[in-house]
Amino acid sequence: MADLSDTAARRASRVRWMLLAPALTILLLAASGPLLITLVYSFLTPGAYGGVEWQLSFDAWFNVIMQRDIFDETLGWSDAHLSIFWRSVKLSLLTTVACVFFGFPTAYFIATRPKKQRDLWMLLIIIPFWTNLLIRTFAVVELIRNEGTVNSVLIALGIIDEPIQMLFTEFSIVLGMVYVYLPLMVLPLYASMERLDFSLIEAGYDLYATRLQVLRRIILPLVKPGLIAGSILVFVPSLGAYVTPRVMGGGNQLMIGNLIELQFGQGRNWPLGAALSITLLAVVMIALLAYVRAAGNEEVRHG
Amino acid sequence: MSIAISARNLKKVYPGQPPVTALANASIDIPDNEFFTLLGPSGCGKTTLLRLIAGFEHPTSGSLDMFGQNLLDAPPHKRPVNTVFQSYALFPHLTVAQNIGFGLEMLGKPKSEIRATVDEMMALVKMTEMADRQTSQISGGQQQRVALARALAPRPRVLLLDEPLSALDFKLRKDMQLELKRLQTETGITFIFVTHDQEEALTMSDRIAVMNAGEIRQIGGPRDIYDHPAERFVADFIGDTNFLPAAILSTEGQSAKVRLASGQTVSARLPARDAPAGKVTLAIRPEHATFTSEADGLVTGTLAQVVYFGTDTHFHITLDDGTAFVLRRQNSSDTGPGHSQGDRVGIQFAPDVAQVLKD
Amino acid sequence: MADRGFDVRRQTGFTTIALACFVLLYLPIILLVIYSFNAGASIAIWEGFSWRWYQSAWANEQVQEATVRSLIIAVWASGISTSVAVLAALATTRTPRFRGQSAVFAMINQPLMVPEIVTAVALLIFFAMIKVATGYTGLFYLIIAHSAFCIPFAYLPVRARLQGMDLSLEQAAADLYASPFQVFRRITLPQLWPGILAGAMLAFVISLDDVVITEFVKSAGQDTLPTYMLGQLRRVVTPEINAISTVLLGISVTMVIAFTVLSKIRN
Repeated sequence: MADLSDTAARRASRVRWMLLAPALTILLLAASGPLLITLVYSFLTPGAYGGVEWQLSFDAWFNVIMQRDIFDETLGWSDAHLSIFWRSVKLSLLTTVACVFFGFPTAYFIATRPKKQRDLWMLLIIIPFWTNLLIRTFAVVELIRNEGTVNSVLIALGIIDEPIQMLFTEFSIVLGMVYVYLPLMVLPLYASMERLDFSLIEAGYDLYATRLQVLRRIILPLVKPGLIAGSILVFVPSLGAYVTPRVMGGGNQLMIGNLIELQFGQGRNWPLGAALSITLLAVVMIALLAYVRAAGNEEVRHG
Repeated sequence: MSIAISARNLKKVYPGQPPVTALANASIDIPDNEFFTLLGPSGCGKTTLLRLIAGFEHPTSGSLDMFGQNLLDAPPHKRPVNTVFQSYALFPHLTVAQNIGFGLEMLGKPKSEIRATVDEMMALVKMTEMADRQTSQISGGQQQRVALARALAPRPRVLLLDEPLSALDFKLRKDMQLELKRLQTETGITFIFVTHDQEEALTMSDRIAVMNAGEIRQIGGPRDIYDHPAERFVADFIGDTNFLPAAILSTEGQSAKVRLASGQTVSARLPARDAPAGKVTLAIRPEHATFTSEADGLVTGTLAQVVYFGTDTHFHITLDDGTAFVLRRQNSSDTGPGHSQGDRVGIQFAPDVAQVLKD
Repeated sequence: MADRGFDVRRQTGFTTIALACFVLLYLPIILLVIYSFNAGASIAIWEGFSWRWYQSAWANEQVQEATVRSLIIAVWASGISTSVAVLAALATTRTPRFRGQSAVFAMINQPLMVPEIVTAVALLIFFAMIKVATGYTGLFYLIIAHSAFCIPFAYLPVRARLQGMDLSLEQAAADLYASPFQVFRRITLPQLWPGILAGAMLAFVISLDDVVITEFVKSAGQDTLPTYMLGQLRRVVTPEINAISTVLLGISVTMVIAFTVLSKIRN
């Protein structure tokens, strides 16, 4: 006998896909589909004035990390690319560490406020997050440029004679990224700290732990999932940052995002740009998968 | 008497690894104008059966008729049944009166008729003064009444009640039990009531279906179910029961002569269908047993513990074969000779109060 | 009287760092806002209060055009993304689990996971193909690109609201003879609107603020406010930029506060 619930299930399925169709169409047109085309482009030959020739070529992927010497045709590592990759990873890691340094105490501070105040403090963290990234970056630029607020004040006070060059350095990029991505660290950290049972901390002190030991042995292990989540949420966009290094790095301190852009501008090597994009995407996906797995394990352990 | 709901071999299996059988093979006839209760522990399939009747779930197989008409092809909003939800499910953005009138409005009734019925319903559940309140502004008991009025307003032929009293406190629950019984009698609507509370089932129902593990184990009136449980699960789930091993010597109609472990013989009642033979288990309610001298006892043992409960006293006895036995005696001003811990006692019970179980 | 008890919640130095953090978070923004009212042309030396830069921004034709364009795109993108996101949220919360569910979730959330620069160049490549093939270079590309990356922002608050809703309310309505459409209009929608409004506002802000994808997708002469500002940063910066930023900040902050209030509305 046919399953009577089959008819109902079939109807539900039809309704579901009808409801999903508009959203999926838009996403296919302007998100997933173009990504697949990018993948295809990475295997083509660059056109003379941008664009591509429809001719299969692995040069783009080869050029991601290698290069052929223009004079003697010998193979070598692409120092220019590798140094940009290295800078991207280094600055992203520095940004993450700095975000932990500032974000952890901030999240802890908010989590230990009286319940009614916490939402307000969190709102103060969330507001900058939802305001224009370019404007926030620009606000920092105004602060640290040679004729900016910091230098003007220092000179007026007679502490320095010449302005300190802060803008267009790696320091300024990290500062800018910390500034724009800090909320991404505080949000998950706060989420896990808010659930912290403070009787556990009392128990720690009761068993002769010092403040530092309580922090290291009790608080840190309990908020580890939030710390991991925050670190990945900061690291991933830092690695793919485009606006901040462009505005803060002044064209000298490139990161992967800027390198990619270059291929579609002056470089006129779309396949290489596509290959670099896919590479960046792959690295980000690996980081996100690691995160999902870590988060999943935590849930199982607590469930 | 017409049959309101008739289910034949209803089965509901949830796909998955492994598939979960919520309802194994339920067949049931519920006559019109009856207060019918589905009773069982959580997960026994009683709520699934209710939701199949309401149309929120679709059966894997089987048939379901209402007054002789197939119900399964109709979606929930085309079935002339209404539900009182466990959580009440009152619409938070509508007032009390708007909630009660919702069903009539959906049926496209004229405004004047809706108003009249809503007024009548609010009077019926004594909520008239609360008509324009938001549902969040009234107490749990009042919400319960509104949910009831809302489900009754469209005059369904069958009213489904899914553990509607479980969220109320003890005293309110007692009041609502009587109230529900009154409403059922007054309206003449068939009530199908789901509960896991045996006392609720016994006090309100005309008939009870006891369910376990997706199957209906026994259907009968409250007295029938309590005094003559057909099997061990029913005897155990409803009230307290003593189980004694016995062997059937002979049977005559609904009665059997059985020999107890002590060697004494007594007559016991057989289940209505599928009567067993040979070694069986007897069920005896604690209040049906009385003390006697050791020599006269059908079974004998040692008094292990006496627990005082105010209205009655429970005597925990360890029988000579090691079985535990509880005897309950109502306390009165002349309770008679006291028994104390360690005493040797005999226990007797009248012919045919012991029930032979099916298993 | 000072509390001399041992506060178990205290960690040495944490409060200092936290407060410093809040100051540093807001100091640049506040300075930016203050200097938008500077009478002089400097963004570091205060020369008195004036509306001068707001007037000059208001009179700047490029700014006017970019503003109108930004608003047109944001209105369309938030409208489209919210409508389709509501339907998608209904599909994923009101029908049973289905095969392909994780693929659908991955697609909806893709704009949140894929780095913006990657999406931007992917769109550049794809739309360049279409532009060559059709010759059309209008705003449609920007609108559909913005709609796509706004979908998860509109979808998540709506889905959260749908999941938080008591399912038995919808069943009760169906039980009381409401057809599926009546259930949606009379029961689901009245409870859903804070979520829908929240999602639409979030999408609006996200679209209004986007730089990277717009920068890559726009055709010549299609600057939005953020891409116009990005272009201006290469030149000598005057407080005019501060004035534009302050207005944009005002819109975002208003929207975020409204969003927070809306998400807190229960029932």
